Amino acid sequence: MKPVVDPMLKKRDDFEDMLEERRNSSDLRYALKCYTPVLYKGLTPCKVSELKQMVLQSDQLGYVITQVSKEKGVTSDEVTGEAAAILEEMAQRLQLSTVRFFAFTLSKVFKTLFRSICINEEGLQRLQQAIHNHPVVLLPSHRSYMDFLLMSYILYTYDLALPVIAAGMDFMGMKVVGEMLRMSGAFFIRRSFGGDKLYWAVFSEYVKIMLKNGYAPVEFFLEGTRSRTAKSLTPKLGLLNIVMDPFLKGEVFDISLVPVSISYERTLEEALYARELLGVPKPKESTSGLFKARKILSEDYGSIHVYFGQPVSVRSLAESRVNRSQFNLIPRHIPTRPSEEILSFVNDSAYRLVRAQEENMVLKPWVLLAFVLLQKQAAEEKQGTALDELTEQAVWLRDLSRQYGAFLHWPDHIPPSEVVSSSLSLHRGLVRISEGRVQLALEQGLLYPGFVILSCASYRNQALNVFIRPALLASAIHTAASNRKQEIYNSFSFLRNMFSNEFILCPGATVQDFEEACYLLVKTGTLQINQQEVLITERGHRTLAFLTSVLDPFLQGYQVREMHTQRHSVVFNTNGLTEKQFIPAVRKFIIKHLLTGSLLKCRLRYTEVLSSDLQKNALAALIRLGAVQKIKGYVGFTHLHVHVGLIG
Amino acid sequence: MSGFSDNIMRLSGRMLSQYPAQRDWDGKLTMAPHPGIIPTFSIVTLSDNVPEQEIMKWNGWGYSDSKFLYNKKGQAEFTGKRYRLSGMIIPGLREWMESTFSANLQHKTPAAPILNSSAVQPPTLNEAFLKELKSTGIPFSHDAEDRVFRSHGHCLHEIFALREGKIGRVPDLVVWPNCHNDVVKIVELACKHNVCLIPYGGGTSVSSALECPPEETRSIVSLDTSQMNRILWIDEKNLTAHVEAGIVGQDLERLLNESGYCTGHEPDSMEFSSLGGWVATRASGMKKNIYGNIEDLVVHIKMVTPRGVIEKSCQGPRMSTGPDVHHFIMGSEGTLGVVTEVTMKIRPMPEYQKYGSVVFPNFEMGVACLREVARQRCAPASIRLMDNEQFKFGHALKPQVSSIFTSFLDGLKKFYITKFKGFDPNRLCVATLLFEGDREKVLQHEKQVYDIAAKFGGLAAGEDNGQRGYMLTFVIAYLRDLGMDYYVIGESFETSMPWDRVLDICRNVKARIVRECKDKGVQFPPLSTCRVTQTYDAGACVYFYFAFNYRGLSDPVHVYEQVEHAAREEILANGGSLSHHHGVGKLRKEWMRESISSVGMGMLKSVKDYVDPNNIFGNRNLL
Repeated sequence: MKPVVDPMLKKRDDFEDMLEERRNSSDLRYALKCYTPVLYKGLTPCKVSELKQMVLQSDQLGYVITQVSKEKGVTSDEVTGEAAAILEEMAQRLQLSTVRFFAFTLSKVFKTLFRSICINEEGLQRLQQAIHNHPVVLLPSHRSYMDFLLMSYILYTYDLALPVIAAGMDFMGMKVVGEMLRMSGAFFIRRSFGGDKLYWAVFSEYVKIMLKNGYAPVEFFLEGTRSRTAKSLTPKLGLLNIVMDPFLKGEVFDISLVPVSISYERTLEEALYARELLGVPKPKESTSGLFKARKILSEDYGSIHVYFGQPVSVRSLAESRVNRSQFNLIPRHIPTRPSEEILSFVNDSAYRLVRAQEENMVLKPWVLLAFVLLQKQAAEEKQGTALDELTEQAVWLRDLSRQYGAFLHWPDHIPPSEVVSSSLSLHRGLVRISEGRVQLALEQGLLYPGFVILSCASYRNQALNVFIRPALLASAIHTAASNRKQEIYNSFSFLRNMFSNEFILCPGATVQDFEEACYLLVKTGTLQINQQEVLITERGHRTLAFLTSVLDPFLQGYQVREMHTQRHSVVFNTNGLTEKQFIPAVRKFIIKHLLTGSLLKCRLRYTEVLSSDLQKNALAALIRLGAVQKIKGYVGFTHLHVHVGLIG
Repeated sequence: MSGFSDNIMRLSGRMLSQYPAQRDWDGKLTMAPHPGIIPTFSIVTLSDNVPEQEIMKWNGWGYSDSKFLYNKKGQAEFTGKRYRLSGMIIPGLREWMESTFSANLQHKTPAAPILNSSAVQPPTLNEAFLKELKSTGIPFSHDAEDRVFRSHGHCLHEIFALREGKIGRVPDLVVWPNCHNDVVKIVELACKHNVCLIPYGGGTSVSSALECPPEETRSIVSLDTSQMNRILWIDEKNLTAHVEAGIVGQDLERLLNESGYCTGHEPDSMEFSSLGGWVATRASGMKKNIYGNIEDLVVHIKMVTPRGVIEKSCQGPRMSTGPDVHHFIMGSEGTLGVVTEVTMKIRPMPEYQKYGSVVFPNFEMGVACLREVARQRCAPASIRLMDNEQFKFGHALKPQVSSIFTSFLDGLKKFYITKFKGFDPNRLCVATLLFEGDREKVLQHEKQVYDIAAKFGGLAAGEDNGQRGYMLTFVIAYLRDLGMDYYVIGESFETSMPWDRVLDICRNVKARIVRECKDKGVQFPPLSTCRVTQTYDAGACVYFYFAFNYRGLSDPVHVYEQVEHAAREEILANGGSLSHHHGVGKLRKEWMRESISSVGMGMLKSVKDYVDPNNIFGNRNLL
């Protein structure tokens, strides 16, 4: 394999294209190759069936079975039977032959769809070491259905231990495929099992036993589901809690958490996501649906970059944070509610891990172009942007994002104009180029432009994590009444708090985030900060204007949300709305105002506010901030006027 | 009771001259050690008037004549005539040391040969105290060697400093009371003149308990109990013996044996540690499964405190008279007073003793077997489980075999276990056993235990292996001195935990040691090993041994202490105790509050404040 070296990737590992070898040698031989991965040094080898026995005979499960049988007044044999059935429904049946089948098929598919699949091989070496030393948890980002097949494909190719993967039950709907996935290591969990003690016990014990014994690396998605917007989602804590537990209770010396960042130059589900965000319901997963999706195969999806991050030791995360002796006084097999200390530890760890995923996401030039094109669109430049100007702005943005530490994959040996045009051609479905001018391919009608804009936004969103802290600072400077540092900090803190459902902002890290933003903006010569004041430099204005505009669509989305809620509470004060009715109602409200072209006092410029994701986040934020109250599932407005001023 | 007056015994050959301590060990050296431990021990008689420093090492473990060294051929050898291993060549030791520690015979770090008295600070004497002490006739000394000898225990940092000739704060005076009343007088005088007293028994502490607090400004007097070493009476009707607390373990057993009895209390340090020390630290003996730990053995204690003498009014076997005051004394580590006399349970000497050993395919199986033995409450007098590293270490200490037949047999055994039974030599581990009682019962008991072992994949591996395992206990402390000659430092520490955490703690602590060594810049992988040494109904006692080659480190003792500290943190985080029997001293004081809660600390403090308001017993241990 020839290494693909980008000179700008100094602090990160180099990538190699794993498809190159696939294009030059037999897929069949590859699928039948000798596979002898390095295993965990403390491994006691066991079969899938033994694994199930271990779960059913565990003290943990035994305790819950007795409890449940007493509560329900049924025999413990019955409950054990129930537990066995749950396990049957859940368990993976990892089989090398199925993996070999996938290895063969996927090689064919990947070669058609993608130009390259680039992997940092050093990351894989680190992973191999980690697998040898400790139980490993793989935590890939989740942007596509492809993610977990891709992960197993890579691990198989590089002779690494194949993972078992936590998958949502929705896959089970696809009969054949569901079973195939099961045989390639997937185990299935119900989306919600709220108060079902028995289910929880079987599930957590199953995961823990596989992890503790080093049976296989355990893989799951911290974000819980695929992010439709390409922004990282607020991490879910349930599984992370489970996999950290064996360390916290001293059952293993350490556990390695390995964040994996998978970035797609073009997401397979691009159109699907935009439709979902606009309220067209997600099609149910079905095998026949999958075959219909075959037309995808005829398109060019560019390249994939997969970056295996530094393994994070749970032990070092917990050091001087968690008092492990809190588990000394209760037998460890008795399930206990995690303490506040543990919950906040798991939560902080989850944010750290998602940030680690974000930091190693490879950004393509198109991501920067999406920024520029969306901003132009919002500024209503009807004739589009001249190619030269677009290139100039993209280059400017390239330099800025690199200064902020973005993992940008911009081929520096090619003239920028060529980089821009090749990006545009890969995404030709979203742009229109005529007479040397570029603009988003908006057509008449409302739903359709929304569709293009949301697709485009999902690319821009990939880089939001690079700019989010400086952008919050820029907006804070913009809204603060003076340039006093304290005042700017206050409005930074307010904005950050408001957007904490929208972006990955670690709870309780306001000061660090503020300092990080200040550091970046001072380092890049945008600001000067002394003891008291924050001053904008001469050349800083352009950067600040850009950064402020980064947050604009979101600010407007939250604003619209509040206005709508406010109006509703006036009109329907007596009965309110249920949460489910709320989002369609807001959408209708927005469409009306987009059509009439006016919305109260301020103009609604961002079609993006149609995104249901944005609306959900905004509602969650309003409820969290106490501006909206949820009473028995109904939404009602309380005291909004305090905040509206600041946002406006 | 008058009928037993014949049983009052005194140790002979203990006439005290001006500096009695210099004869301290004379009597002991004429004794045979307890047959239970070292069966083929040869008796060495040394003439009187040999200074103690020539009998005992001043800067290492044990007797001066017994040590490991590499002879001219580069073979390891154990000198002297005291132990079974004495005078033997140990062919495997060199290779084990070189491969385990990457140690090299070319790189030596010899100890300072003699104590440089000028390095010892002149004593701070309380003249008024000294004057009154003289009038009592109790022997004392402020000779530098006497003071230095009683200024330390056997922690690594203490011995390391001595080897380098570094001497810190040492006692200013040593006194040798001869009996309980002498102690009463000394304590009265100390209170009157505000002198700090530190009781000294056998000097085998491994908790910094004997270190003089550097911040102490008063005159420090070491109260050496070694002359209080008589068995005052034996009561055969109740099977008790009343003994002065300065007596050393092996003397106590030997003297009782002469009357057909034993206490059965055999801590690993029993050659040198004293009865008073056992009481003050809550000691535990190897054969506690039959005889009990010190708290089970003690019937009555007499202790001299600044407030007066504390003792119970009768010798009932159990009392419901509020919290047991003995439990304020046991484990008080010299902070409340001096234990002077103890009534202990005694037992008739066992008719029959038999060693044994079992090889398990791995440590997990071994622990499961010990747990089952404890569940069935059929533990032999002693049952210990070594991990794989210790098994290999024990193997390396096999003396040279004289006959071809023995070596052929060894080869055959090895073949049987590893090839025929499929045990992985890098995973298997061994349990050593000691049975005691009447012959028939021992054989029956043995069968029961081997049957349980078989259920856990255990194979009986012979008496010889068992016996060698126990011998190791006594020579391992000597081995540390050899290590220190070649850049290797190490120590052991212990803990206790519930059964369900034994494996987790063993694994995590060993791994933590390895990781900490790496993080602290230790250049070579350390030896990090453990063994389960005691079983209880609800848990077990585990010993960790840890040693590393410190070449390339500027402050090896500091690194050592950091690693041991981390290991202790790991133990506590995983549900292990602060100590099973070594005690707290000053080394583990920082964890006392979290171990026993603030209220618990307050309770202990209030006892200290009442008993010793002026901190006369100012060794600052425990609290």
